[in-house]
Amino acid sequence: MAENAEKRNYRGRLHDLQKDLMNDYFDQMTRSANGEGDPSVYLLISGNPVELLRAFDLLPIYPEINALQTAVKKKALPFIQKAEEIGYSTDNCAYVKADIGLYFSGNQAPMAKVPPPSLLLTNYVGCNVYLHWWEHLSELTGAPIFDIDIPFLRTPDGEPRPEDIQYVMRQLGDLIPILERISGKRYDPDRLREVVELSRETGEYWAQIKLLTQLRPSPFDAYFDAVTMMGPLYALRGTKEGRDYFRDAYLELQQKVAQHEGPLPEEKYRLVIEGPPPWPYLRTFREMFERWGAVFVASSYSTVGGLWEFGFRHDPANPLESVAMHMLKWNLTNRNFLQRYAQLKSYVDEWGADGLVIHSVKSCRLFSAGQGDMREYFARQLGVPTLLVESDLEDQRYFSPAQMRTRIDAFMESLEHHKLVSHG
Amino acid sequence: MAAIGLPQLEEAQDLTALVDDLRVLFEDPDFKLASEIKRTTGKPIVGNFPVYSPVELFHAAGAHPVGLVGAGNQIEIAHADSRFQSFVCSVIKSTLELGLTDRLRDFDGMVFHSICDPARNLASVFKRNFPDQWVEYIHFPQNLVSESSVDYLESEYRRILDRLSELTGKQVTNDDVNQSITLYNRARSLMRDLYAFRRDNPHVLTTKDLYTVVRAGHILTVEEHIRLLEHVQRLVQTKQGHERDHIRVILVGSFCEQPSLDLINAMEEAGLDILDDDFMLGRRWFTEDVRADGDGVRSLAEAYRDRSVISSVKHDSRRHKGEELVAQVRSAKADAVIVSVPKFCEPGLFDYAIYRRALLEANIPHLFVEYEEKMWLFDKVQTEVETFVESLLLD
Ligand code: SF4
Ligand code: SF4
Repeated sequence: MAENAEKRNYRGRLHDLQKDLMNDYFDQMTRSANGEGDPSVYLLISGNPVELLRAFDLLPIYPEINALQTAVKKKALPFIQKAEEIGYSTDNCAYVKADIGLYFSGNQAPMAKVPPPSLLLTNYVGCNVYLHWWEHLSELTGAPIFDIDIPFLRTPDGEPRPEDIQYVMRQLGDLIPILERISGKRYDPDRLREVVELSRETGEYWAQIKLLTQLRPSPFDAYFDAVTMMGPLYALRGTKEGRDYFRDAYLELQQKVAQHEGPLPEEKYRLVIEGPPPWPYLRTFREMFERWGAVFVASSYSTVGGLWEFGFRHDPANPLESVAMHMLKWNLTNRNFLQRYAQLKSYVDEWGADGLVIHSVKSCRLFSAGQGDMREYFARQLGVPTLLVESDLEDQRYFSPAQMRTRIDAFMESLEHHKLVSHG
Repeated sequence: MAAIGLPQLEEAQDLTALVDDLRVLFEDPDFKLASEIKRTTGKPIVGNFPVYSPVELFHAAGAHPVGLVGAGNQIEIAHADSRFQSFVCSVIKSTLELGLTDRLRDFDGMVFHSICDPARNLASVFKRNFPDQWVEYIHFPQNLVSESSVDYLESEYRRILDRLSELTGKQVTNDDVNQSITLYNRARSLMRDLYAFRRDNPHVLTTKDLYTVVRAGHILTVEEHIRLLEHVQRLVQTKQGHERDHIRVILVGSFCEQPSLDLINAMEEAGLDILDDDFMLGRRWFTEDVRADGDGVRSLAEAYRDRSVISSVKHDSRRHKGEELVAQVRSAKADAVIVSVPKFCEPGLFDYAIYRRALLEANIPHLFVEYEEKMWLFDKVQTEVETFVESLLLD
């Protein structure tokens, strides 16, 4: 018990602050659902144009956040099963199923009542399921849909082409009158600039935070603690509250650095992790690594929404262009699989990691399809100790704690051996 | 061994025998015919993964496009399943397996398309594992209501053409593109005619036969495929068939990974007259001819937006898949729908939920079946279909 209390303390205020902020956000959602707040627009997490919504005082609703929050509370399964009863497959992404099940249960999520959408805005940034999901929601809710099609990074240099950028800019141009109509407000470029400036500052703090984990010991866990910060990063980007949160979190983490404090009493192993977390078993999964003194110093999952630590900033001088570039280039999901290999490799090298853990989730083929090849590349070609484990990000039926623990223990033992041998 | 290639058509007066010969061509995991075409024409071979690929561009650039849709049940998967997990569809793995077992050695390049997440990652895995291959990825527009999508797609096609020119060394003119469009228009219109014929005479032109003739186009040159289609068109005019006590169905969900020919046959034999289907959908992508007298690349881009089929891998917010399926059932006077989806195929599985809602509402019976290309024993599917047919015949 005492140990538990201590753990919560050294994880810091940023977790408590996050809770308060997210609760406020969920209250806004409930108000909107009761017809009292701002109109809502459904949006997806990966590299998105939330700045535009904020500039029109539209409330962004993220069904992905609703699904994962429900899963964290282990309340997702009944919703998933409801969707499966009406024709959704066991092989469909469980985020979608949890969301569809929620819709058919009167939209009452454990943390909030979810308002119906005024607009379904698909930022098609890599994940193909996004397109299907919103198509289904449109059919069910009758809400209009607008697909922002983001060309995937597919050329040898890995850069968006000028034509890709033009295409996205034109679509954003098409979107603005729609947002005017829904919000009843005129497009105000100065207001957008303000919001984009807030996003720029948020991104600046977040990038600095992400770079702190290059230090030893790492002041926080770049997977398990980073996901806490991802809530405000998406739900509140472009707001003052969001920006202040990241400023406070940065200051707090800097203090930890000054005191050489990390999330664990002793940092024995530094690991990189690929793939989304198993939300229903987040705590359990974390403990499986903590007991070995292992800290994640970098994670690909924490970059689905943006790659700030690699240099991206929103730009108030070119607000729309920077929103477009965020969607096109500066998020993990719109980059190709080999660019992800390169990103993970840079984590291993520049963040000084001892190994790579690939958490392969059945729901999310965007992440997982081909991770066996990734393991091959890291383990065989680069000689990085690599572990691949499978479960799911939403559906608790796919997480078997005993098996998971055995695999992780075996990997950590071999890592221990590896360290002993290589340090003589 | 007989020469590899299209059988002597003048002598092939029996459709069933012809189909047996053709089947050998596409069930060959070593692609001997493609190699032969490469040897005799000197054209590089570019494999195209499902669903739709702008084959006109490959043809115009002087390459031979070969449709590469996995390996059916022709090979064992021994290497690719360590790269792609158990919950990824088979066509992804068997296509990679073909590469890993060196069966694509005569292929000069591969092109993948934005159809789903596994296919997209497969393009990268191909690049890493076969660094000397020309590997391309086409991102098709998913916002089809914006005028900008045609401009975008045109630019994407020009990029692909430039890349193809690097491969073939040929500078492509607008006339080249228009000539290729004309040829593929011809092939597509013949296929549309055969589909229309089959719809009215499913007992004369079976789905197994029609499928084989269409599928052959994946590997033959387009010129040869046109000859074949014209020949088959003549053959079916005089062919006799006996009406069967079957139910009349529309089949959807099989637009990418293909069931084996034996499974298609088994479903028919179990009592289905298939009036329409989405097998090999990419070859039959356009509902009308593509303009062949304008700017060819632009015409292809426009046709993609405005004159193409509805599909699980193309998102068109102007259309509703469920409603179109119901309309299709009504206009074909079908009794029921078979939704047959490859195992683990998310686009197909998602659409099933939409179809299901629409069909229940319209009171149209349907049967959902899952298959895998490598499936050898299809007793289960066959029994399911038989039971379904019986239940409808008894109604
Ligand atoms: S497939 Fe992955 S990225 Fe896409 S909606 Fe599901 S969990 Fe999110
Ligand atoms: S069968 Fe489905 S999941 Fe598999 S490659 Fe084709 S579209 Fe993608």
